[in-house]
Amino acid sequence: MSLKKASELTEGGIITEAGNASEYKTGDWRTFVPEFVVENCIQCLFCWIYCPDSAIAVDLSGEKPEVTGIILEHCKGCGICAAECPPVKKGKAALVMVREAK
Amino acid sequence: MAQNLVALAGNEAVAYAFKQARPHVGSAFPITPQTEMMHKFAEFVANGEVDTEMILVESEHSAMSAAIGSAAAGARTFTATSSAGFALMWEMVYVAASLRLPINMALVNRALSGNINIHCDHSDSMGGRDSGWIQVFCENAQESYDTALMNFRISEHMDVRLPAMTNYDGFIISHTEDALYLLDDDTAYDFIGPYQAKYALLDVENPITVGPLDLTDYYFEHKWSQMEAQKRVFPVAREVMSEFGELTGRSYDFFEEYRLDDADLVMVVLGSSAGTTKDVIDEYRDKGVKVGLLKLRLFRPFPVAEIVKVLAGRKAIAVLDRSASFGGFGGPVFTEIRSALYRQEQTPIHNWIYGLGGRDYDLKQVAEVIEKLQQIAAGEELQEVNLLGIRL
Repeated sequence: MSLKKASELTEGGIITEAGNASEYKTGDWRTFVPEFVVENCIQCLFCWIYCPDSAIAVDLSGEKPEVTGIILEHCKGCGICAAECPPVKKGKAALVMVREAK
Repeated sequence: MAQNLVALAGNEAVAYAFKQARPHVGSAFPITPQTEMMHKFAEFVANGEVDTEMILVESEHSAMSAAIGSAAAGARTFTATSSAGFALMWEMVYVAASLRLPINMALVNRALSGNINIHCDHSDSMGGRDSGWIQVFCENAQESYDTALMNFRISEHMDVRLPAMTNYDGFIISHTEDALYLLDDDTAYDFIGPYQAKYALLDVENPITVGPLDLTDYYFEHKWSQMEAQKRVFPVAREVMSEFGELTGRSYDFFEEYRLDDADLVMVVLGSSAGTTKDVIDEYRDKGVKVGLLKLRLFRPFPVAEIVKVLAGRKAIAVLDRSASFGGFGGPVFTEIRSALYRQEQTPIHNWIYGLGGRDYDLKQVAEVIEKLQQIAAGEELQEVNLLGIRL
């Protein structure tokens, strides 16, 4: 993400655009990252509800909303989604935390 | 133009200036010696002479917080305090400047505790010198009134948008009856003009966020914008002071030069001490001693280029500080002036710390400094940082 120069900012850090939190990319703090295993997902949307940021990608175009993956630009690797994901299919969860390879 | 000559204490004079600015909101908590200023202002409100929403808060931290909310909402806002009240505002004083809100404040200078003391020194305002506010120091009631009016124009100017402090000495100015000229209300208001907000929380057509989290990626850039705004105070203040001079016949500048043209020896002071100093300078001038005074008015931003121009090449300079920097090398005005003159030819610059806790600054003390300056100019090696008017 390219950062603005001092001369391009509003005085006092005033934000004049509403709803711009999604533009603020914060997904670079992680040690662990959730891995999405689509075949284990029952589309309960718990991960989307519990995610403290906006890191769960959901497709809203169909009849029912569907989780499609993780938006890594916003994911901080907190693991809440993996902790909440119910291991329903053969005891396996659809979200598993793994150490992010570097 | 016709002006009314009146007798008022400094607090009343400044209350008049604030009334004439027709602020939308004022918030304050009483503290000596500021109390009478707000008392007088509250009287104007109660009598229907000004349509200001007075917010009587429970502490100075709240006074500044309310002022910030009000200014962010888009209202012309003022407050006032002294000493410990200013110290309690501390956190919010920085926020006001960081958010670039042009709040106007009367800081009626009083010593900080402890031990508790209600009299004048500059330890309160000097602690706020790095807070991002404009700071102007005044010599008497007339100058305090005039400065309070001009500070609205300067702080609210679209190139500046910074909060401003009108500093005047507790009791010596605030409670002493003084003769001064007042503008009539309409003329004063026309000079200041109606308030224009740059961003306003109450402007629902243009929603804004004020005070978001500002971390490693942008905080530094926002501090730069405060530094740049301080620099833009210089041309704006010049323009406002010159317009005020044309309107009233009273001319102001970043500092006043008193018998300075040919002076070999220079004293630098802030505030009401300038009057006493001028009297003793006159006595020494009569004896043929070439001594003059630089009375610094604008302390933040610090007019370094102009000060260097005026002070360079003198034989000896005495900087008087009405506050101490414990463990530091001299008082805050001294370190600033001495640092400004570092690259000039070696003029000895000495410091006298005086008047703490309201200790009287008398004629003998001024004479003592001028005597020492003569010795320094003659090449004697004297102590650089000194205390004046103290029993040791």
